[in-house]
Amino acid sequence: MALKVDIKKDLGGFKLDVCFEAANETLALLGASGSGKSMTLKMIAGIEKPDSGVIELDGVTLFDSEKKINLTPQQRRVGMMFQNYALFENMTVSRNIMMGIRNRRDKAAVREELDAIMDCLNITELADRHPSRISGGQQQRVALARILVSHPNILMLDEPFSALDSHLRFQMEQVVEETIESFGKTVLWVSHNRDEVFRRAQRIAIMDRGHIDVIGTRQEVFDDPKTVNAALLTGCKNILPAEKVDDTHIRLTEHNLVIEAACVPDGVTHAGLRMNFIRPVEAGGAQTETNGFDCNVIGETKNPFSYVVDLALHAEEKKPFIMMEVKSEVWEKIRAGRLMVGIEPDHVLALQ
Amino acid sequence: MDLYPLYNSIRIAAISTVIIFFLGILAAYYIAKTPRLVKGVLDVILTLPLVLPPTVVGYLLLRVLGPRHVVGAWFLEHFNVRLTMTWWSAIFATTVVIFPLMYRTVRGAFEAFDENLAYAGKTLGLSNSYIFWNIRMPYCRQGVLAGTVLAFARALGEYGATSMIAGYTPGHTATISTTVYQLWRTNDDALAFKWVLINMAISFVVLLAVNLLEKNQKKSKAKAR
Repeated sequence: MALKVDIKKDLGGFKLDVCFEAANETLALLGASGSGKSMTLKMIAGIEKPDSGVIELDGVTLFDSEKKINLTPQQRRVGMMFQNYALFENMTVSRNIMMGIRNRRDKAAVREELDAIMDCLNITELADRHPSRISGGQQQRVALARILVSHPNILMLDEPFSALDSHLRFQMEQVVEETIESFGKTVLWVSHNRDEVFRRAQRIAIMDRGHIDVIGTRQEVFDDPKTVNAALLTGCKNILPAEKVDDTHIRLTEHNLVIEAACVPDGVTHAGLRMNFIRPVEAGGAQTETNGFDCNVIGETKNPFSYVVDLALHAEEKKPFIMMEVKSEVWEKIRAGRLMVGIEPDHVLALQ
Repeated sequence: MDLYPLYNSIRIAAISTVIIFFLGILAAYYIAKTPRLVKGVLDVILTLPLVLPPTVVGYLLLRVLGPRHVVGAWFLEHFNVRLTMTWWSAIFATTVVIFPLMYRTVRGAFEAFDENLAYAGKTLGLSNSYIFWNIRMPYCRQGVLAGTVLAFARALGEYGATSMIAGYTPGHTATISTTVYQLWRTNDDALAFKWVLINMAISFVVLLAVNLLEKNQKKSKAKAR
């Protein structure tokens, strides 16, 4: 494993206790703000000091509280991109990038590398501008260039797109992804945006109050989040209190409904029903036997291409029982005051 | 008209400003890194000269530097140097009095500095001193300059502590402020008024400079946004 992290730090409000390994891959740390994601990056970078633990990168010990090893950020060779990019306003774009290679002797080679990276990231014409005079996307390219020329052994991105407009975001995601591919080493990607993480990361670690809740490939984590927090972070909107009935059945306790699930482990406290997996079903169809709910429509919200429909079991209820997402053209055809909806047992998430 | 007091005042103010420039920056930088409790205590101690009457500062300085007291006696014995009643004795007084001005202004500028910039520099492999002089200081330049100018202006007008530790000897320890007092005491109103005008002119120019700096600072901050 290229990166090994096992660190603890008391953060006042809660204790951060993070343990994970990462190969030459893109690992995303997904968590709500204040869950300790950025702090974890800062401790790997050497900006913050853990209370105890070990950090290893490519066989080099960066930090070891028992052996009293604590390399300075300068010695660690980690590339870190900050949320606001941290470009130096008192320097031009090219001088900013030069900061990543300042310590090398051969001036001609430095110049060559500078030109190459600016060409690669399409920022050559910005060379003499100041960071405040260029767009957010361009600033991010400059920050990326500055990090890459320092030849780090790991790349850490702290909420890389949170400062960008949504139309730029997708474009910059692609730029960053291409860069990551050619980088070929470990990339840690901190985010609270599940879409971006799902699109770009190979593995995902879900963080909650200083702990890694769930870690796995993105498919594993999205298909089976295992915890309520992970389900919330991966975008599950319907999370209902529940208890185990048997290995394939789960009871929604608030409504005393038993539904079928693919696999129900012990200790289940909630059931997660993703709203895009809930579908209107024909009365008398196959699913009505087990996972069908006869519901009243108590509200709807229009999204650009879909509707979110609030469903209650009884017409007089104000609070929706579940929410369902349906494509606009489908909903506009079947819109009704009362309908049958269902969810496949495979899509019922058993959560703890 | 003997211009020695002008020359002496500027000389004293300039030297103490240079000293305070480095001391104030160092103090602001290192105290910001100390734990909260230590910071609070040091902050109070270092700001004290700003609010104490100058005569109290002068008294305390005499208790330390006077020929019959610890430091003063030691210098007299080992180097045969009196630390009081020379022209440069006033530097002690002005340095202590203007230190809080520099320290506070620079600290304010440092607090407004985005620490991520320093962190980014570190992860890029830049040395701490390079980061300090080439990133932190340029960002805080206007605050540091304003503090320096303000400190210089205040040093120029220091009277209380100076008169106690350096006294008034014409052509030797006389500064503008002590000269004004002396002339007024001896009923030389016309000459006293001339020195008052000189002092006001200098202070006016200096404060104008501070204002211009602050205006620039606001402008460049607005630009950055």
